[in-house]
Amino acid sequence: MSGGKMLRQIHFWILAVVTTVLLSGCGSEYLVLNPKGPVAETQYNLIIISTILCAVIIVPVLALTAFIVFRYRDKPGNKAAYKPEWAHNTALEAIWWGIPVVIIAILGYFTVRDTYVLKESPNKEVAPMTIQVTALDWKWMFTYPEQNIATVNHLEIPVGVPVHFQISAEAPMNSFWVPSLGGQVYAMAGMATELYLQADEPGEYAGFSSNFSGEKFAHMQFKVVAKPKEEFDQWVKQVKGTSPAMTKEDYNELKKQGLSETKLYSAFPEGLFEEIVERYSHGHDMEHVMQKQPAPTGDKANETSQETQQSTDMSNMHGMDHSSMKH
Amino acid sequence: MWEDIKEFASTFFVTGDPLIYGADVSIVLTILAIVFVLTKYKKWGWLWREWLTTVDHKRIGIMYLISSLLMLFRGGVDALLMRLQLAFPNLEFLHADHYNAIFTTHGTIMILFMAMPMMFGLFNMVVPLQIGARDVAFPFLNALSFWLFFLGAMLFNLSFVIGGSPDAGWLSYPPLSQNDFSPGPGQNFWIWGIQISGIGSLATGINFIVTILKMRAPGMTLSKMPLFSWSVLSSSIMIIFAFPILTVTIALLFLDRFAGAHFFTMDGGGNPMMYLNLIWMWGHPEVYIVVVPAFGIFSEVVATFSRKRIFGYKSMVWAMMVIAIASFFTWAHHFFTMGTSASVIAFFAISTMVIAIPTGVKVFNWLFTMFRGRISFKQPMLWTIAFIPCFLVGGATGVMLAVAPADYQYHNSYFLIAHFHQVLIGGVVFGYLAGIYYWWPKLFGFKLDEKLGRWGFWFWNIGFYICFMPQYALGFMGMTRRYYTYGWDRGWEDLNLVSTVGAFMMGIGFIFQVWQITYSIKHGERDTTGDPWDARTLEWSIPSPAPFYNFATVPQVKEADDWWATKQAKANGTYKPEPVHLEPIHMPKNSGIPIVMSTFWFLIGFGLTFGWVWMAVIGFIGVAVCMWVRSFQYDTDYYVPVDEVRRTEASLGRVL
Repeated sequence: MSGGKMLRQIHFWILAVVTTVLLSGCGSEYLVLNPKGPVAETQYNLIIISTILCAVIIVPVLALTAFIVFRYRDKPGNKAAYKPEWAHNTALEAIWWGIPVVIIAILGYFTVRDTYVLKESPNKEVAPMTIQVTALDWKWMFTYPEQNIATVNHLEIPVGVPVHFQISAEAPMNSFWVPSLGGQVYAMAGMATELYLQADEPGEYAGFSSNFSGEKFAHMQFKVVAKPKEEFDQWVKQVKGTSPAMTKEDYNELKKQGLSETKLYSAFPEGLFEEIVERYSHGHDMEHVMQKQPAPTGDKANETSQETQQSTDMSNMHGMDHSSMKH
Repeated sequence: MWEDIKEFASTFFVTGDPLIYGADVSIVLTILAIVFVLTKYKKWGWLWREWLTTVDHKRIGIMYLISSLLMLFRGGVDALLMRLQLAFPNLEFLHADHYNAIFTTHGTIMILFMAMPMMFGLFNMVVPLQIGARDVAFPFLNALSFWLFFLGAMLFNLSFVIGGSPDAGWLSYPPLSQNDFSPGPGQNFWIWGIQISGIGSLATGINFIVTILKMRAPGMTLSKMPLFSWSVLSSSIMIIFAFPILTVTIALLFLDRFAGAHFFTMDGGGNPMMYLNLIWMWGHPEVYIVVVPAFGIFSEVVATFSRKRIFGYKSMVWAMMVIAIASFFTWAHHFFTMGTSASVIAFFAISTMVIAIPTGVKVFNWLFTMFRGRISFKQPMLWTIAFIPCFLVGGATGVMLAVAPADYQYHNSYFLIAHFHQVLIGGVVFGYLAGIYYWWPKLFGFKLDEKLGRWGFWFWNIGFYICFMPQYALGFMGMTRRYYTYGWDRGWEDLNLVSTVGAFMMGIGFIFQVWQITYSIKHGERDTTGDPWDARTLEWSIPSPAPFYNFATVPQVKEADDWWATKQAKANGTYKPEPVHLEPIHMPKNSGIPIVMSTFWFLIGFGLTFGWVWMAVIGFIGVAVCMWVRSFQYDTDYYVPVDEVRRTEASLGRVL
């Protein structure tokens, strides 16, 4: 093996990495790298920051590797220094214990900052809207407590409004992921996890089931349609006017194993989501949280009452978060 | 009656898939061929005396190695089947349930039945030789560990043709792995295959800690111990703390399934998240358990093939020990997305990043070992040099994954898949291959052919990047792991096809290696010196292949890299040979109990897998009887007379 061959291979590696990175910069199919909302944006920025910080270390080290391997190859007449007993240098070692510490400290700062940031609504000016997500075998059910409508495998949201997702499951654990809008949270029976997402542009976004939950899990994908507030309200009205209401029997049918088409419901049984969570939260002491939950307001509720309810809703949610994870 | 039998057979055996019928036929033919050859050449007695009952660490190491290569083949075929299914959108090559079983067995086999035994093989083949010992501390227990692993692995693999494979992912998350969602014996096979081999792993951990701490040659203080032995110590410490967690966790899972308990069930007060926490409290240290010995191998190889002392020995030891401890504080990064409080997530994000620090230090030390050295590109060194860039990139993506809020976007996507394959293949597999190439002559007395090895090397390496680099990009496109198919509408097809091509290149690399081994048995360069690489540590001071008692006289160690120092002294003419004083050598006797006892464990596992309690009871009684018999066996050792030692050494070309 000649050193030249080795060098060529190292070049190939670097090229492969660079091409991958460059490739990913363009192309709308790279969902994560084309954020369409503030949450995905925050995460995209972190991806860029962490890539740069890692590159700052690995690119020079890769170059150094190539250099050392080439320079000190065992070849007759190689004039490079050969010091077989040179095995310790405190200054050098201090440097390479130190460099990663600095990099990790910088990266750690951004990580911790954004971990806290993403726990809050990304948009303080607009009151968030709540949508409840239930992972079933193998379909997603969305219930809109404020609008009192429900959908299956289809999610519509207003543009520019932060959506507060409460996520649970009545099936094996899954994960709710809309890469264009932001990263995922698990959907687990007996718990209600939270995720804030917001779309800044109208459009159709792909939603994925991202934790394996059995045979047909690969087909458990959904579509997210983001549209301007007025059109969204229009759509709600239309669903209310044209779709059937979901009954308990409908839900029991829905939760059986199997795939489902996209479905729309003009109403759903009151407290359905809370009931689903409570059914499996034995020993999780979340009843008090659930009781304080505002009942679905329905179409009669006016703007102001909805907003006050949301704020109580929010404070409750923090309590719920802790109680749901405590055990 | 006939109907009953037919009914039983149709559920007992896996039916309906041509791939599996093909496998059935080949399994039967292989068994027949083995039985025929053993009978024809009257080798049954030889097999029993020399191998099945051996307590010699080198032979146990070789058996681990052979088993792990077989498992690498099985896990590799699983991988290629998956890549075929994903090569194009909407393929119907594999059905969903078949695909789910295959990724489950691929993961389980590669970690638990390929990486672990290959690692134990290297422990066994090298550690006693490297520290100047005649065997491990507990040779009988060592044999028992091997047979527990082997029969656990066989039990697991049986699920392929009998009863049906597990299909709930390699870590069998509940509630999916509970009876409600995964009825049938598949999950039980998973539990018992791992449970039985896991007991063996724990015992190996204990065995090597005691061996390293108590059996080093006189003069070899810990600060003069070679780095591979240090890495084994680090790994073994992690094993004894991590494996009990695994054992308890899957025992509880089995109670849920078998006895209707509610530890991890969805209803009845069970908590599946508790399982996730427990399994990763084992699972995260587990990846360091397998990678740290690879670090040890690289340290030996880099020094030998740069003809230079390892740089920063103390840093290296510290780094491995810090990793051993820190690895127990990062488990929750496998589920940052569980929706817990920001403080918990921040803690685990930082603890995960912290592990990158000692790991990075090791890379610098390897580089500066080569710096001002003389690097020769023999096979062990090739794999080591290939490891460095691969692990750097894999490590960097690992740090990116540790950035918790960004992980919400990477989690369970192909970005993650690409990352862990890069560190596990680039780190663990490359490392173990380097180790196998390096120590092969010591075990077998010949080198593996360079030319065929080079072909294998390049196919593996180029194939690796073609296979896994596109998967990082697929992750950014939203492609989620464990999807058995995808549509044309996502734009995933090109990169998936590329990835499949790369996977097959790695497969070709493996074929070259098998060819290399079979070719070298006859044509490989013989090692007559015992020191074919001009290496530095004690194992190279004895003839190759090493005699069964390892060292005719126990070496007296004066410094680190003692064998190198001896050679230097000989070259300078300052070497003063110590007078050879041969003594009878105390050795352990072979025993059939480990294989018999493990077979009873197999019965326990098989019985409980199908709910046949009577069979499990027979197994438990058998295990108890074996332990009873062994407890009252006093004639377990013997002495090799001086004459025999002298004769053996002479036959290996050494006159004492």
